[in-house]
Amino acid sequence: MALLKSCVRSGRNVFAVILRRELHKTAPALVQVTVRDALTQAMDEELERDERVFLMGEEVAQYDGAYKVSRGLWKKYGDKRIIDTPITEMGFAGIAVGSAMAGLRPICEFMTFNFSMQAIDQIINSAAKTSYMSAGLQSVPIVFRGPNGHSAGVAAQHSQCFAAWYGHCPGLKVLSPWSAEDAKGLLKAAIRDDNPVVFLENELLYGVAFEVSEEAQSKDFVVPIGKAKVERQGTRITLVSHSRYVGHCLDAAAVLAKEGIECEVINLRSIRPLDMETIESSVAKTNHLVTVEGGWPQFGVGAEICARIMEGPAFNYLDAPVIRVTGVDIPMPYAKILEDNSVPQIKDIIISVKKSLNI
Amino acid sequence: MLLSVNSMQKMLTIISNVLKGSASKNGAASEVARVVAARTYADFTAEATFDVKKCDTHRLDDAPPTKSVLTREDALKYYRTMQVIRRMELKADQLYKQKIIRGFCHLSDGQEACAVGIEAGIKPTDHLITSYRAHGYTYTRGVSAREILAELTGRRGGCAKGKGGSMHMYANNFYGGNGIVGAQVPLGAGVALACKYLDTDQVCATLYGDGAANQGQIFEAYNMASLWKLPCIFICENNKYAMGTSVERSSASTEYYKRGDFIPGLRVDGMDILCVKEATKYAADLCRAGKGPIVMELQTYRYHGHSMSDPGVSYRTREEIQEVRSKSDPISLLKDRMLANNMASVEELKEIDVQVRKEIEEAAQFATTDPEPPLEELCNHIFYNDAPLEVRGTLPWTKLKSIS
Repeated sequence: MALLKSCVRSGRNVFAVILRRELHKTAPALVQVTVRDALTQAMDEELERDERVFLMGEEVAQYDGAYKVSRGLWKKYGDKRIIDTPITEMGFAGIAVGSAMAGLRPICEFMTFNFSMQAIDQIINSAAKTSYMSAGLQSVPIVFRGPNGHSAGVAAQHSQCFAAWYGHCPGLKVLSPWSAEDAKGLLKAAIRDDNPVVFLENELLYGVAFEVSEEAQSKDFVVPIGKAKVERQGTRITLVSHSRYVGHCLDAAAVLAKEGIECEVINLRSIRPLDMETIESSVAKTNHLVTVEGGWPQFGVGAEICARIMEGPAFNYLDAPVIRVTGVDIPMPYAKILEDNSVPQIKDIIISVKKSLNI
Repeated sequence: MLLSVNSMQKMLTIISNVLKGSASKNGAASEVARVVAARTYADFTAEATFDVKKCDTHRLDDAPPTKSVLTREDALKYYRTMQVIRRMELKADQLYKQKIIRGFCHLSDGQEACAVGIEAGIKPTDHLITSYRAHGYTYTRGVSAREILAELTGRRGGCAKGKGGSMHMYANNFYGGNGIVGAQVPLGAGVALACKYLDTDQVCATLYGDGAANQGQIFEAYNMASLWKLPCIFICENNKYAMGTSVERSSASTEYYKRGDFIPGLRVDGMDILCVKEATKYAADLCRAGKGPIVMELQTYRYHGHSMSDPGVSYRTREEIQEVRSKSDPISLLKDRMLANNMASVEELKEIDVQVRKEIEEAAQFATTDPEPPLEELCNHIFYNDAPLEVRGTLPWTKLKSIS
């Protein structure tokens, strides 16, 4: 069942794969990789490729990572390249930025992005703005990564989505992977980028396995920053999302397909820069748009997409207003029933599609 | 009558001084004076040893030397550099009052011995980072006065092409110029981490003021620098006032050299360039030997207010400022030492003053006539080494271009 689900997710029909294998040349060898392992692989490969790359954060070394994302790395690379820090985000984020200014390529892990708020001055004022302020004299090749958004039962202070906050600032690139391929390719691209990149992972996705193509298994596989991916082709309506909710959109699309409504699902991959071209081309085709995100509605990712759609050519193709499906505008509650009702559910997406299509 | 070489030198100097003194009144005497003066240049003291104040220490078994050897060549260099900084800061004051410089402008006249002394104690391959009171350090780290003033006036010839301004000037191994109080300290520790990681024997001088000294992130940086033995010299430029708040009103402990707790510390006379130099050298050697980090407190003073919007006299008396000027001015201290030990003549130093004034005038001339940056470059340098990208302008249909 899981295999079928992940096949659906990768947009491929199981039968088509089998048929191809029988009638044509051998299909590329797909493997199942969890998002966690994809991230570990990405870091391992980049640590091996470039000696200046190193990882620092709380519990990343001897504990193998709070969420085991850096498992095995300390054993392989040692104290110099995998550094456990004290619980002092502002200090170690600043140290990471300073080391990037002086020629290293740090990966600075925040145990969750909620703690990045303590270091946000270093991310914005010391990292993001420096290339501009120095007129290109001083670069800051750094990656800030960690889980973002809500988890399960961790309550208000540990559940905030920072996509909108970081997506607001020039000088940063902000990425939000969904699949294992996204995770690996985007993290490698982020590490190789000479600019500050905020890499928003999702704790609930770490254990999810995805099919990864042979191409994506290569050590040189990178996913371009700033390009969205059409995960599922469709004709009736466009669903745009990032991170975990891409999966929700695909699940909703599967349900709607049974009713003959073919949804096009776009995985943003990149919050900044935002790939409006892909969204606009899709809307020109489908004339309907629903955005889905876990974060709060006010000044959020969906709000930005709505504004840009309205300002651009796609506005004239809309047959209905854009609908934003978002988290509820409250601090995250603890009780399961409350938490479940604080975030978008698959039924919310289905209802929005039908509302947009006036069904 | 046998005269010693020493007294011969003194006599010749006196003669030349007298002749020079009358040169302005009598043109004919000036030619002779110049010849006499020229002859005395070769007879100046090549090198002299000076006593410097003993530094207070914290967790150190020894201390920087209390004697400093100064060559004539270095003395002239230090004198000139300090004069450039002094004149450059005063010129910035002037331009600000004429509204040619705008925004923030934090001047460091009075603190010249810190910038020049630190630079004398480290190597050009070492690293340095400081706060927004950065013009002097920008100069000692290699940027010309011309480019500094043009950056202050926001012109394309500025060292950051007019994009940064007073607080954001950069150079090789110089990481600014930082606007957020205290943020530069973890950055400096990070630069030191890179030095250690890359196995160079370089150090990073990480500067902050008495105001910043209470910032939490500094203590975070102390902790990690000490844990990981980073080659970081934490330097507190204590000029007694954080904006309008005196050290007694801001700090439960004003012994900033001890605030590193488990980190050894030195308290240094920041008005004596030789004391600063010896202490910096001592600290750098300690870091290079892998025994870092270390904290250095420089006791210094700024003549100007916190910035150009602060007259600087509501929280301190004019008498206090005047007293420091007359008794502890860093340039005067060096000058007196040089003259008292026959390391240079009054004319020679005056000549340097004239050259420096000229250099600053020319720099100011450039800074006021160079054109402003072109609008086409508004969006450039958002990213480094990146493909060109489109940037939204003030209006939705305005697509501006950004190149790296």
